[in-house]
Amino acid sequence: MKRTAFSNPWLPILLLVPQLSIIAVFFYWPAGYAIQSSFYLQDPFGFGSTFVGLENYTDLASSTNYLDSLKFTVLFTIIVTFLSLGIALLLAVKADKVLRGARTYRTLLMWVYAIAPPVAGLMGVMLFDQSRGNLTQLFRSLGWDYTLGVNYWDTAIAMISVSVWKQIPVNFIFFLSGLQAIPRSVREAALIDNPSGMRRFWDITFPLLAPTGFFLLIINITYALFDTFGIIDTIVKGEPGNNPMTLVYRVFVDGFRGGDLGGSSAQSVVLMVLVLVLTIVQFRFLERRIHYT
Amino acid sequence: MAKVTLDRVRKVYPNGFEALYPCSFDIPDGELIVLVGPSGCGKSTLLRMIAGLEEITEGELSIGDRVVNDIDPANRNIAMVFQNYALYPHMTVANNMGYGLRNRGLPKSEIAAKVREAGEMLNLTELLDRRPSQLSGGQRQRVAMGRAIVRSPDLFLFDEPLSNLDAKLRNQMRVEIRALQRRLKTTSVYVTHDQVEAMTMADRIIVLNAGRIEQMGSPAEIYGAPASTFVASFMGAPPMNLLKGTVNGSGVLLDGGPTITRAAPVGHTGPVTVGIRPEDIELSDDGDLPFDVDIVEELGANRLMHGHLGGQPFSVSVNKDMHAATGQIKLALKPAAVHFFDTEEGRRL
Ligand SMILES: Nc1ncnc2c1ncn2[C@@H]1O[C@H](COP(=O)(O)OP(=O)(O)OP(=O)(O)O)[C@@H](O)[C@H]1O
Ligand SMILES: [Mg+2]
Repeated sequence: MKRTAFSNPWLPILLLVPQLSIIAVFFYWPAGYAIQSSFYLQDPFGFGSTFVGLENYTDLASSTNYLDSLKFTVLFTIIVTFLSLGIALLLAVKADKVLRGARTYRTLLMWVYAIAPPVAGLMGVMLFDQSRGNLTQLFRSLGWDYTLGVNYWDTAIAMISVSVWKQIPVNFIFFLSGLQAIPRSVREAALIDNPSGMRRFWDITFPLLAPTGFFLLIINITYALFDTFGIIDTIVKGEPGNNPMTLVYRVFVDGFRGGDLGGSSAQSVVLMVLVLVLTIVQFRFLERRIHYT
Repeated sequence: MAKVTLDRVRKVYPNGFEALYPCSFDIPDGELIVLVGPSGCGKSTLLRMIAGLEEITEGELSIGDRVVNDIDPANRNIAMVFQNYALYPHMTVANNMGYGLRNRGLPKSEIAAKVREAGEMLNLTELLDRRPSQLSGGQRQRVAMGRAIVRSPDLFLFDEPLSNLDAKLRNQMRVEIRALQRRLKTTSVYVTHDQVEAMTMADRIIVLNAGRIEQMGSPAEIYGAPASTFVASFMGAPPMNLLKGTVNGSGVLLDGGPTITRAAPVGHTGPVTVGIRPEDIELSDDGDLPFDVDIVEELGANRLMHGHLGGQPFSVSVNKDMHAATGQIKLALKPAAVHFFDTEEGRRL
């Protein structure tokens, strides 16, 4: 890296101030505030708060609702990540082989990316709607009484499908460019070495896509954990009832619907720790192992 | 080991470009054939069709007794060495070499033995556990060679395998590849645009030009009796001098003055192209061709004099012991060293 010398030592600091103050105002300050309020019990009517130590945290650990959300979040994240990566990879491998009309095909797949999450959620709600939803009607005709918003797993299916659908284009583009970055001659060498297309994929293409895949894995876990908020909100409509919820959505529901700011702050802190762990895992352990050059 | 037969093999790319006009030839068992020609003439296209990486538009290709047009590259029992080596970056050297064998279901111990043997042959023993990114260009080249030879294929295909190496290493590898091929007696097709490689390595050379075979023959034939002005100017460094002239009895009157005596094409009259290799000319005070030397190039073992012969550009190569200076000198020709080509298509007369 190139070092630039500044004659005035205050200049670089001055130049960093806008960036740093934005981070401070929008990240460190709320984060600090969340940590602080996670140790207090907020009066529901806003008349002050009482210090309760770790009680908010111990409450979380014994709350069946919270533990249920935790379990659901883990499951949801695994399924969404796996499906959106898997389907995108499949599409990318197929698109990579398309010679004619490749650009049109790619553009069509990319369009989904331009749809805002709540709109995607809304489209999902329409497809899965109890009375008019096309998919609901299809399920009915197959003899499955599908009820969005009433049955726990039926709601989960809608959440997962919409979340997966929304994330596929990003993964697709990354996988496709990853595939096209594999030198043609390496693939041809494999073509001479191995007659089976399937084995070639797993022996050569897949390992060479691993750096892309790992990057996407982190992106997708983060997406499933946090960025699906809009989709879930549209489907659940802030009326949790018997519906499944991810941890992020529960922070919102408990804090703003339930008025439990202390408990909600404790939940945010738990999530912050989770993000921290994910980031450390990404940089420390895995990334090192998958680079070849 | 196998003989390779091409029967009117033609290639038209999907965009309609005819990269290879129908061409037919045989490669006898164990022979090394060099495909040579300028960039874009279709060398790689032809090689890749033999490998099965490019579809054959028309015609029939056989390796051994088998027509392989519709057979997968992996089932043709060939091995290819690519210009940029095309090693698998995530595999060790040993796995790179063994991968093809693994897919044939050979037992692990046998693969390891073959890899070790090839490693010894190519001085790679120390490097078997390394990844390609940890090797130098020359070592990668060796690994690519190793990957080809462990498979004991019927046919080796090389696509400019040495063009990424520096000149010294290139000379060394050229000799090694040739020796290896002689030892293994594996039929080989070697693509290059380097005419020194072509001359030194080939049992036979095929000169390609714009998708057509210009000439096929041993290096001596190609050099000694080029079939066209294209071959004459492409093979040989410095290239053959080509002069315009008109047949005049038993000699040729060159455009711009001097006459070449005692040499004329049989049964041809009118305009003609005269070819003379720069190294086939003697300096002689009683010679009958006046040569105006403009520049002298010092090449070490010999000197190259560039100038004009009756107004047409001309070059002469002389031994380093000969005195060479600018100014006018006289040249003498051996009649046997003069080649004649027709002026329309450049064919040999
Ligand atoms: N996929 C393709 N579609 C259309 N034309 C092609 C294609 N591939 C190659 N060509 C054309 O076919 C001709 C021969 O190409 P080829 O790669 O065989 O040349 P080459 O003799 O190997 O040249 P070089 O020495 O530069 O490698 C070139 O004019 C090239 O532009
Ligand atoms: Mg080529």
